[in-house]
Amino acid sequence: MLHHDIIIIGGGLAGLRAAVGLCERYDVGLLSKVHPLRSHSIAAQGGINAALGNNPEGRDDSWEKHAFDTIKGSDYLADQDAVEFMCRDAPSIIYEMEHWGCPFSRFPDGSIAQRPFGGAGFPRTCYSADLTGHVLLNTLYERAVSLGVKVYDEWYLLALASNGERCQGIIAFDFRKGEVVPVQAPATLFATGGYGRVFRHTTNALINYGSGIGIAYKAGVPIKDMECVQFHPTGLIGTYILITEAARGEGGWLTNNRGERFMQRYAPKVAELAPRDIVARSMQTEIDEGRGLEHPLGKYINLDLRHLGEKEIQKKLPGVKSLCKDFVGIDPVFEPIPVMPCEHYSMGGIDTNQHGETVLPGFYAAGECGCVSVHGANRLGGNSLLDTLVFGKAAALAMHEYLQGKSFTGDTALLTSLGKTWERKLENLAKGEERPAHLITKMGHTMSENVGIFREKHKLQQALDDLAVLKERYRRVGVSSPNRHLNYALMKAVEIEYMLDIASAIALGALRREESRGAHYRRDFPLRNDKDWLKHTLVTLGKDGTPGVSYRNVTITNHPPRERIY
Amino acid sequence: MTTPMALLKADSTYTFKIFRYDSKTPEKEPSFSTYQVDVVPGMSVLSALLAIRDEMDGGLSFRCSCRSAVCGSCAMAMNGKIELACRTQVASLGSDLIILEPLPNFEIIKDLVVDMIPFWAKYDQIKPWLIRKTLPVGTEIRQSEEERNRIDQFVHCILCAACYGACPVPSRDPEYLGPAALAKLERFVLDSRDERSPSALEAVNNEKGVWGCDTLFKCIEACPKDVRPTDAIVGLRKSLVKHKFKKLLGMVKDED
Repeated sequence: MLHHDIIIIGGGLAGLRAAVGLCERYDVGLLSKVHPLRSHSIAAQGGINAALGNNPEGRDDSWEKHAFDTIKGSDYLADQDAVEFMCRDAPSIIYEMEHWGCPFSRFPDGSIAQRPFGGAGFPRTCYSADLTGHVLLNTLYERAVSLGVKVYDEWYLLALASNGERCQGIIAFDFRKGEVVPVQAPATLFATGGYGRVFRHTTNALINYGSGIGIAYKAGVPIKDMECVQFHPTGLIGTYILITEAARGEGGWLTNNRGERFMQRYAPKVAELAPRDIVARSMQTEIDEGRGLEHPLGKYINLDLRHLGEKEIQKKLPGVKSLCKDFVGIDPVFEPIPVMPCEHYSMGGIDTNQHGETVLPGFYAAGECGCVSVHGANRLGGNSLLDTLVFGKAAALAMHEYLQGKSFTGDTALLTSLGKTWERKLENLAKGEERPAHLITKMGHTMSENVGIFREKHKLQQALDDLAVLKERYRRVGVSSPNRHLNYALMKAVEIEYMLDIASAIALGALRREESRGAHYRRDFPLRNDKDWLKHTLVTLGKDGTPGVSYRNVTITNHPPRERIY
Repeated sequence: MTTPMALLKADSTYTFKIFRYDSKTPEKEPSFSTYQVDVVPGMSVLSALLAIRDEMDGGLSFRCSCRSAVCGSCAMAMNGKIELACRTQVASLGSDLIILEPLPNFEIIKDLVVDMIPFWAKYDQIKPWLIRKTLPVGTEIRQSEEERNRIDQFVHCILCAACYGACPVPSRDPEYLGPAALAKLERFVLDSRDERSPSALEAVNNEKGVWGCDTLFKCIEACPKDVRPTDAIVGLRKSLVKHKFKKLLGMVKDED
């Protein structure tokens, strides 16, 4: 058994930010299923929002305006106090990262460069070309190395250990050795990322199973607004690799098979720079109404950057250029990029407040696995990187307050017995005949087909029925190799149980929410209904093993809901 | 859009021979497993590996994460060519027999998974973080566009270790820091905001550091992100020589 004051699960931005805020005062362990630099934060491209006012066209920007844009973008489902907290903290978070060495792109006056992004009234997205996640993650990892943060890389999370009153730590799995290892810690932080891979078509990395969210749920912690799933307008055809919103921020156009810039019809004022939910729906509508382009890999829309010119593309979007070259063999300087909307971001997640606290004392969550909620029903581009850093830091402060001056006696008996349960469970997993990969494919298919951009009752019910069948099949899951070390199929078999819970919570939340708000669009209830639905969905595991649904009012401070026009 | 269509050749079957070894059972000799894979147009080597693991052999070990050439997990040797498996199209290898081997210059843990710990230890050794004595309050450290451009190519490094795998030096001197760590050091030395003293470079002023490089440019060839580690090594050498002359001329104090 390992012991730490604090155990952090996840080596992406939220986990690392929390770790560097705590490691000088506490014995911190950071556990990650991949090396921290392989975390999905690395793939973020376009930027991170903060009202710095560096852009000559954004001098009048303020954190209040950033907050308003975020709230409006969320379709008023975000908690406004939390949004204000995030936006107020944003400039100092950016300067901190810059002081730690982050190589942001620069304006001619030497200040951090900022570009326009969707749904934002001012150009406030700080960036480093189109590899902003890469530079932020490298900077934080460098900081962690300089401070000597203890990292357990290629360790998996199996379960959360709770005695019902307090979180006692986790059951971990040393993947290289193939050993179950209980970790006792008075404070545990999940920074385990989103659930993109629950869907078949997603921009997310192959590791984004979202199992941390399912693990919290299994331990009795409520999960919130799971039906709020962001579909990004521009996934590269075939692979669904993300093409950054910065492509449109820098002036790129979306065109249909008539060569028409159709976004002007859907969002007359801002066109391509409408928030993602609106752009994704508009694109899907164009495709559904026969104005998409045809390809053996599916129908698509053109993202046209040609008018920006080679120099501008090379300077501001070099990553987009290489992705296009490497994965579809085209050069965006000369040809439009074939894109289609697909799953991108989990607005929902583990229910926390703005300090990362959950209902379970000693258990915290931050980043995409958590739901504060600052993104509500639709996240604005550039706000997810901000979320990871602001709430990673906030969770660190909260854990410090929780721990300081107190001594905790760990329930090692509970951890030992849970560890043994997992030993047996892994043994059994080696025996079944249902292959995890098949279950995941089937789950992804039903989710993308039935819980996608356009939803309706019978489809959502279909998804729930399919998931029930898969849960039954999961009982017979098994892997072909008995090895425990570096057995990726075995870990997949572990994680899919949690994924099925997550998928069910998404479909169930979507079925119950009989309105359309942000990214959650119901064809059978096409309007937003503030009277009945200005509230968060909470899904909690019931004693009988079935999900219980409850609701909580949204916190409104300064911005009563208004019609959302762009 | 014409090119993606051009990629769509007829489906065909490829033979994959994949290196197998398990450091937990060292008495068992390394071997190759053979698989037949139906390759659809545009399919990457990583997709083929995933298909093999999902459909044919659940025990096969290899690393992957982003599948979009940004995370650096999947560098390996494909028909001898060191590259990221995710951005290499099966068809581009020009043969219907594909041999996959782990990245050279590393201990093998299992199959295509190598032990990266020594690589990260070398990275840690060069103090890969911004060293700064004073910071402005409530604002950024100013940096001109030109200064930012100076570090640009090294900022793109994804630490996939392809360069280290391709480098001829580690096989003769396992303690050689290698191209990635030295490129990372140059990224900070060239950063206008970094205040490490020139004498800090003394740690690499030896055969384990910048003088170990044979300047054969294998690292540049192998880099999937167009980074030129040799430029960094040559740059560091110049800085060291310059500092030595300044010291000889009494222009700087000996800080050691």
